[in-house]
Amino acid sequence: MSALIEIADAEKTFTMHLQGGVRLPVVRGVSFDVQPGECVVLAGPSGAGKSSILKMIFGNYRCDSGRIDILHRGARIDLANAEPRQILDIRRATIGYVSQFLRAVPRVSTLDVVAEPLLVTGVPRAEARARAGALLGRLNIAERLWSLPPATFSGGEQQRVNIARGFISNLPILLLDEPTASLDAANREVVVGLIAEKKRDGVAMVAIVHDDEIRARIADRLVDVAAFAAAA
Amino acid sequence: MAESNSATQDNDRPLLVAEGLTKSYGRVLACRDVSFVLYPGEVLAIVGESGSGKSTLLQLLSAQLAPSAGKVSYRMRDGVLRDLNALGEAERRFLFRTDWGYVHQDPAMGLRMAVSAGANVGERLMAVGWNHYGKIRDTASSWLERVEIGLDRIDDAPKTYSGGMRQRLQIARNLVTEPRLVFMDEPTGGLDVSVQARLLDLMRGLVGELGLAAVVVTHDLAVARLLSHRVMVMKGGSVIETGLTDQVLDDPREPYTQLLVSSILPA
Repeated sequence: MSALIEIADAEKTFTMHLQGGVRLPVVRGVSFDVQPGECVVLAGPSGAGKSSILKMIFGNYRCDSGRIDILHRGARIDLANAEPRQILDIRRATIGYVSQFLRAVPRVSTLDVVAEPLLVTGVPRAEARARAGALLGRLNIAERLWSLPPATFSGGEQQRVNIARGFISNLPILLLDEPTASLDAANREVVVGLIAEKKRDGVAMVAIVHDDEIRARIADRLVDVAAFAAAA
Repeated sequence: MAESNSATQDNDRPLLVAEGLTKSYGRVLACRDVSFVLYPGEVLAIVGESGSGKSTLLQLLSAQLAPSAGKVSYRMRDGVLRDLNALGEAERRFLFRTDWGYVHQDPAMGLRMAVSAGANVGERLMAVGWNHYGKIRDTASSWLERVEIGLDRIDDAPKTYSGGMRQRLQIARNLVTEPRLVFMDEPTGGLDVSVQARLLDLMRGLVGELGLAAVVVTHDLAVARLLSHRVMVMKGGSVIETGLTDQVLDDPREPYTQLLVSSILPA
């Protein structure tokens, strides 16, 4: 089996020009890989750079040096040096990201928010909506809420909408930033089940999870981010 | 299969190419050495404060202004990339009527304010040779519905419309000929915030459905985030930073971009 993600010596520093050019080293020497069907959990204290690493793998944060190789449409692409349109294509076809917070689009219904990742890959609207409904139901979002935009939902409901949106597509790589943070026990259980299904489908996952019990249940391997601490 | 192959190839070929675009007014450089490539279906936002040169750039790109140096090329429907400055006036006008849309900040600039909404939309169709009144009216009606204008208002002139309705009508007028490229100059400027949200949502849906390429000039980073795939940040006539929209807004590199991003008031 070949790795879906291979990170070699990746490095990230923020330069805060508005604060007199202060340099904030975040991580350096980040190196690990993720195999198909494997869930790697990033471990380390708050502020160690876990979310930054996830954002670098998604191309949301730039990488100052090193490589982030992604297996995309059968070829290896170094995301750290890819063109914007390649990164967009990688996000359409290869990498999904479940963030902690939903960036709500005004006026778009919950059902369509969840169905959208399928629509952009060409799945017919009726089928995309049916699958979105099934997943929302599984995550205990009442059907009467589906036609409403999620902007007014509670934090836990928004997170479940976000999870549904992230898990609906069949992308080979998923990045999970605290997917169970504001969920009750029953819904945490649903998410653990969804992650197990993704593993069976051969999806490679990188996750940040603070809950010890959940981490123990989903992690195939821990990567200690403290080892990548960038000495200031 | 052959068809989908040629479609892929087409999407891999640039639609609009800017090379070293420069415009000076006397000693003032309004636009300095701007180069980029826009592909079919891509939405590019040009952001920056007033006076940064972004409106000049939009006029250069849409061949309304001749550059002092550099050139803009556009892939015509026959697949040939042509230098816009070398086109004749008639060819340029034809592009404007068919393949391009131009959404002005002030809808009064892009609409005929005293003729009916239906005629405003139908006029673009007649310009490309439609002559069946019934078909023109049906198509105009369906476009008014798409931009959420009630059909009971189809015979009213836009001077009787609210600002948000006028802007939606201008969008319908531009999109009815199914252009491949749309230029937008501050499309949500001058509108109430609630009206802006509706318009943005509508534009986002239409751009996605129609697979349009667009160049959107805006000083509003929220507009850039919602509509665009890529952004170019301009300052003093030059492009100072460019990249994937969420990357530039979440991880801005240049001092000026960091200032712009940090100046957004939290909602």
